[in-house]
Amino acid sequence: MGAIEAPDLSYAALAPLLFVFGAACVGVLVEAFTPRSVRHPVQVTIALVGTIGAFVATLLLAGTEEVTAAGALAVDGPALFLQGTIAILGALSVLLFSERALDPARSAFVAAAAVPAGSVRDRELATSERVQTEVYPLATFAIGGMMLFTAANDLLLMFVALEVLSLPLYLLSGLARRRRLLSQEAAVKYFLLGAFASAFFLYGLALVYGATGSVRLSDVRVAVVTEGGSALMVIGLGLLVVGLMFKASVAPFHSWTPDVYQGAPTAVTAFMAAATKVAAFGAVLRLLYVAFGTADWTWRPLVYALAIASMVVGAVLGLTQTDVKRMLAYSSIAHAGFLLTGVIGLGPDGTGYGLAATMFYLVTYGLTTLGAFGLLTLVRDGDGEATHLSQWAGLAQRSPLVAALMSFFLLALAGIPLTSGFTGKFAVFRAAIEAGAWPLVVTALVASAIAAFFYLRVVVLMYFSDPAPDGPTVGVPGLPTTIVLAVTAAATLVLGVLPGAVLELAESAAVFVG
Amino acid sequence: MTDVPWLVLMIVVPAVGAAVVAALPAAREALARQLALAVSLLVLLLAVLTTVAFDPGGERFQLTTSVAWIPDFGVDFALGVDGIALSMLLLIGVLVPVVVGASWRDTPLPRPGRPARSMTAFWAWLLLLESLMVGVFAATDVFLFYVFFEAMLVPMYFLIGSFGGENRQYAAVKFFLYSLLGGLVMLASVIGLYVVSNSQLGEGTFAFDALRQLEIDPNVQKLLFAGFFLAFAIKAPLVPFHTWLPDSGAEAPIGGAVLLVGVLDKVGTFGFLRYCLPLFPDASRDLAPWVLVLAVAGIIYAALLAVGQSDMKRLVSYTSIAHFGFIALGIFAFTTEAATGAVLYMVNHGIATGLLFIVVGMVIARGGSRQIRDYGGLAAKAPLLAGVFLLAGLASLALPGTNSFVSEFLVLIGAFPTRPVFTIIATVGIVLAALYVLLMYQRVMHGPPRGVLLVDEDGAGDHDPADHGAGDHGAGGGATAVPERGAGGATAVLEAPARARVLAVRDLSGREIAVVTPLVALILVLGVYPQPLIDLVSPAVEATMSDIGVDPGGSTPAAPGSTGTGGTD
Repeated sequence: MGAIEAPDLSYAALAPLLFVFGAACVGVLVEAFTPRSVRHPVQVTIALVGTIGAFVATLLLAGTEEVTAAGALAVDGPALFLQGTIAILGALSVLLFSERALDPARSAFVAAAAVPAGSVRDRELATSERVQTEVYPLATFAIGGMMLFTAANDLLLMFVALEVLSLPLYLLSGLARRRRLLSQEAAVKYFLLGAFASAFFLYGLALVYGATGSVRLSDVRVAVVTEGGSALMVIGLGLLVVGLMFKASVAPFHSWTPDVYQGAPTAVTAFMAAATKVAAFGAVLRLLYVAFGTADWTWRPLVYALAIASMVVGAVLGLTQTDVKRMLAYSSIAHAGFLLTGVIGLGPDGTGYGLAATMFYLVTYGLTTLGAFGLLTLVRDGDGEATHLSQWAGLAQRSPLVAALMSFFLLALAGIPLTSGFTGKFAVFRAAIEAGAWPLVVTALVASAIAAFFYLRVVVLMYFSDPAPDGPTVGVPGLPTTIVLAVTAAATLVLGVLPGAVLELAESAAVFVG
Repeated sequence: MTDVPWLVLMIVVPAVGAAVVAALPAAREALARQLALAVSLLVLLLAVLTTVAFDPGGERFQLTTSVAWIPDFGVDFALGVDGIALSMLLLIGVLVPVVVGASWRDTPLPRPGRPARSMTAFWAWLLLLESLMVGVFAATDVFLFYVFFEAMLVPMYFLIGSFGGENRQYAAVKFFLYSLLGGLVMLASVIGLYVVSNSQLGEGTFAFDALRQLEIDPNVQKLLFAGFFLAFAIKAPLVPFHTWLPDSGAEAPIGGAVLLVGVLDKVGTFGFLRYCLPLFPDASRDLAPWVLVLAVAGIIYAALLAVGQSDMKRLVSYTSIAHFGFIALGIFAFTTEAATGAVLYMVNHGIATGLLFIVVGMVIARGGSRQIRDYGGLAAKAPLLAGVFLLAGLASLALPGTNSFVSEFLVLIGAFPTRPVFTIIATVGIVLAALYVLLMYQRVMHGPPRGVLLVDEDGAGDHDPADHGAGDHGAGGGATAVPERGAGGATAVLEAPARARVLAVRDLSGREIAVVTPLVALILVLGVYPQPLIDLVSPAVEATMSDIGVDPGGSTPAAPGSTGTGGTD
């Protein structure tokens, strides 16, 4: 038995990942070795350097197409495009995390999460100005996991990445400073259901390995072509898809989404809604297109059904929500369905516009939803953020700017032209119709119309209703949140009016290796 | 002069105006409305200059501009007008300044215990709406058309929702959702067209001229036609897609209502002509009987409902639905006369119904109520107002000598040879039109003084309002809900003597005369001499007819008789 040979690693191609994981590790060390007083600025700086550095690295690597780490990692157009997207969404989320001007206690995160909710110590902590800084390395690890997820060319590595991105998110969900019980409930729920989903994924992995003898996506593809779909393989694929769809909050695997989105600190919700969705769809696209994207047999009926379920569930249940965060959670479920219409847009011969369209949609949706959640952090009452719909009545009179921005984001989520939401929708619908899936597109359009109703309801409340006498106040954000709102609003507008450059980039990046 | 990008200017000028007005502080209301007037007059000037630069006998699409916009989708920012679109641009150019004048003294509905809101936003939305309306008619790229079509909803939504009547929230949301649903279904067809063009031309495009030359399979045509048709049938409301219009028309501020039925809804009938017929000729021919059923049903049904309305704004909205039925009849009869009549009808309806809405608004500003039963005998107090009201009504029922007669007559004689049964049924609508217009006129303007002209001071009951002193009406006109005659009203008056209603009704003010004069003049001029307008639109109509394989017949229709002829009514 010979010595195990270390695989060749192309460090240059891994630069984005190295940046982020490096920053995360340094963050852990900082937590251990620097005094409490300087930790917050240092941690924020490290996290920003890591994410922005990763973003720049993806730009520099543009055009790279190689498979490295003994075939486990694919650094190609889609991977780099989505890694860049995740990095930039991650950087913006870190900025949201670092906001200190809004909460009277100077941070949206609890100072010590392990203290039992409601205890005396917990009440002391609620008003203490001690700041939780572990969120930054945690978030950076999650970002790294997400970026790895989109580049994983191997089912085993995909599973590792899934866990690396998930575990920090479970923790982050439980760190809200206000409404501790809700936050802890969210964390536990997310963890339990997430563990289930991981188990499904792992089981599917085992079955696919059993059927094909390999976990490498390219080998799976060869086996699919030569042997066709055995029962083992079909069940394995189904289980893998369940695991991924859970992360992407696609119905019927969505039940955690509203609770977790509501309970988690809003900045974390923004991060999850934007970045996790990108990562999950990155993995979905790679799995379905690279490993199973052959003409001989197809996952299409499954994805077709999931897309319809997700759009209908998201749009219809969204109507009944009375909490803005839950409403945006159902909106996220509906958008997952719209994204799946783009996934359908893979032509039978392996070409098609679906990949580019889905990637473009991920960029537009991620930035818009990040902005929308970011705005939620501004509207507050004595008990933290005021997320009940009724509290938003007449907001336009208290703060015309916040109301206008929120309306803009909501119109973008509804897909009104001249916003990025419309160009994104147009791209995925076009891909789906080109692939002949027009019944799916008609369903999607009807779902869009239904969903528009609940977006509009918020606009109606803000503009056409009278403010409640004891309504919430609108906080003045500090620099970080202001940057996030400005960037996301500008992106939503620019990608709606002049989307050409990003569309072209997505199209040129839309080639998988592997 | 043809090198000037007139259409781009007509889009950009009001958009910039809107941005400037929106940036004004809320307190500078007076400046905001002056700016709005100036900008809208400038756009009118641009519209006139555009018409001068346009050669009716030349190319189909003129004054074209085309810039690549989203190359990946094959989308161009392509503008251009034919005679039909140009006539709509002229209508926009005329109506917007009139609307600005008519809304000059409007105030948002007051809310108890709250400070009055500023109208600045109203002017900004109005100008933005004008910009988008120009865009929707000037676009020659289907994608661009769709973008304007949907974006147009936003300003109208805010106009209704922020400045409308008591029930404005409901009306605004209903308006938005109906239109959005139609628009989204159309989006499916738009993408479908793109995909067809991609497979036939090798490169996807949205350019109207390229799409017109596609040979689309008849079954695919029907599906694509259905998507466009639904959007346009909601927009131009055909029964049974009409239920949003009475709510929106009734709740919108008068200025918004004029533009809503005068221009916005014309996008639907314009869409039939511009997109449904030329792009899907086979489907249009096959499905025309069904469309005609809806059109004729709408004429009769909406007219009957209009007769039964008690709310003046709802009544006018229903009359519009009946008129849209006539326009659809003209378009789907597939003869050049009928289609020319339909295009004239689109312009004339905008003028006549616009004036009717404005006059009704003036009545409401005096009485503070939309209900017909709250009025009576106004003519004696305000003869000018009554005269304009009558003229607007007569134009609306297409009396010979008014502009609408020309178009209605052309539609009917044009449609009769191909569709005699539908035409005969539609003619009944003319009788009903006389009924709803004249009944409303009679109840509001004639008879003994009723309703708001009276006040139950010391419970005395009916007496001549002239006994009470004259005074400023603007102050009393703010409240919309006029108390029912009876104890409640009397108490209110007694308890609040400072806000006691004044009974003398003022006739038209100088501003109001200036507002109605252009429309009155147009009604009369186009009623007597419509030929310039016919000459403007005929080539475009003939081109459309040849697109669907109807022989244009060579001769442009002459105006049906001049003034005073035609005993058909």
